Amino acid sequence: MRELIELGGYGTYVWGSYLVTALIMAVEPLMARHRQKLALQQAAMVADEESEQGN
Amino acid sequence: MRLFTFAAPSRFYGLSGALLPWLWASALLLASAGLYVGFVLAPTDATQGEAYRIIYIHVPAAWMSMVLYLAMAGWAAVGWAWNVRLASMLARAIAPTGALFAFIALWTGALWGKPTWGTWWVWDARLTSQLILLFLYLGFMALVEAIDDPKRSDQAGALLAVIGAINVPIIYFSVRWWNTLHQGASVSMTAAPKMASIMLTAMMVMTFAFWAYAFAVVFTRTRAIILEREQDADWVRTLVREEAVDA
Repeated sequence: MRELIELGGYGTYVWGSYLVTALIMAVEPLMARHRQKLALQQAAMVADEESEQGN
Repeated sequence: MRLFTFAAPSRFYGLSGALLPWLWASALLLASAGLYVGFVLAPTDATQGEAYRIIYIHVPAAWMSMVLYLAMAGWAAVGWAWNVRLASMLARAIAPTGALFAFIALWTGALWGKPTWGTWWVWDARLTSQLILLFLYLGFMALVEAIDDPKRSDQAGALLAVIGAINVPIIYFSVRWWNTLHQGASVSMTAAPKMASIMLTAMMVMTFAFWAYAFAVVFTRTRAIILEREQDADWVRTLVREEAVDA
């Protein structure tokens, strides 16, 4: 385990690379999904307003 | 039949929605497999020690940042030339993902450069042109956000994206055209790879994982952009009514 963390003295560089990459690739999809949810809500509001006006 | 019948945003919305779970699953599976081969099966590099393991994300990220740029510029040009709405939306959806891959390539490159070259950064042709790629993505995003009228915004973005595409071959050939600190290509389309096959396998599997990820996240963002732009369309109204019934 210790060996895997230290990686022959290169641990900081290797894990620093992987950690930041993993973080970006975890957050980006969440943000894209959030944007899609917001857009759906917004579209639902527009549709509601129009059906109210129609009545 | 018209050429772009299948480019109707409503069709794309449904089709991409069905594909998304498979794309996410592929990305996760491929990344797990690639990391297993790269960290468990592949041995320590004789000259670079363990630091070389950064290439499993560095090279795929750098490739993706270039391919995505060309895809962005291509779709932006199609949207501009033939007035295909979906193409312009795809171009916009690709930009943030391309920018993040360009950033990952630069970040992991710096973390590889420090122990290997003794420096985080040099202004050599490869690194500088890659930094310009990041700025081109950011410039595209800022430009299309700054113009309110969607059509004019798409056109301005397309112009910037297409002109900026000249930077991609410059990045690719920079290590041949100039004397760079960055090493030459270990894998190219014209010669046999200059790396051990197990390491190459890990890198290629990670590349496929990044492809699947890029498709998944770009499709998700495209779906958001479609809804934002087509709020008034009948099919969106039907869609939100169905969603309301489901929920």
